[in-house]
Amino acid sequence: MAGSGWTDRRPMSPHLQAWRWHATMYGSIFHRVTGVGLYGGAFLIAAWVVALASGPATYAVVEALMHSWPGQLLLFLWTMAVLYHLANGLRHLIWDGPMVGFSPRIASAWSFLNFAFAVLGAAAIWSLATLV
Amino acid sequence: MTTSTKSVRGLGAAGRGTEHHIRQRVSAIALIFLVPWFLSSVAFAMTAGYSGAIGWMQQSHNALLFILLLSAALYHMRLGLQTVIEDYIGRAGTKQALLIGNVFIVGGIYVVTLLSVLKLWLGNAA
Repeated sequence: MAGSGWTDRRPMSPHLQAWRWHATMYGSIFHRVTGVGLYGGAFLIAAWVVALASGPATYAVVEALMHSWPGQLLLFLWTMAVLYHLANGLRHLIWDGPMVGFSPRIASAWSFLNFAFAVLGAAAIWSLATLV
Repeated sequence: MTTSTKSVRGLGAAGRGTEHHIRQRVSAIALIFLVPWFLSSVAFAMTAGYSGAIGWMQQSHNALLFILLLSAALYHMRLGLQTVIEDYIGRAGTKQALLIGNVFIVGGIYVVTLLSVLKLWLGNAA
């Protein structure tokens, strides 16, 4: 990010192109990507609550948006992002606290598990929610 | 690849950050408990129609947990985006503007959502 206008004189860590892509790197980058995505998602949750408090007419508009296919897709992606950030965040706490799971094999496998958990978990939640 | 001492002196850590790190972790621990409740609960409220969603929010434990979730999640998200801004925005002025904007946006969402939850919950008592 050494674009023009960078006024901070402190040294920077090596940038993306200095690394070979590997599972834990995807894991780390997706933690940040989902974190920023969930910041946007907070606006959607806020819109849902505000619409609910505004009355049936406003809620009907938001509900129609939620039931449209872009709305369904967004809700599914949001759920996947929450589950991924949750699982990988739990791993961060386990790394920081008990300090286990640092060996490359376990760390890589754990990254794959987090991705799998996010996809399967989101599928499970929404299939259950629409069935009941 | 070496850097002379004189060029790095005074350019290291900002002298703070431990508190930020700890607060990020503490809010994360709260969210470990609140997010599973939220996902399993709100997905059903969202598919229950207007009256179903109202009924869900008017149950005191749901309103209470929703407020706890909002508090922990919005705080966690303000700290997180602050780090992202500090990492990628190096232009003085722009960075400070975004950092202030981050605080205002999160504060705005918090007040608006909190008021909505309270309105819905109090609607039950009325």
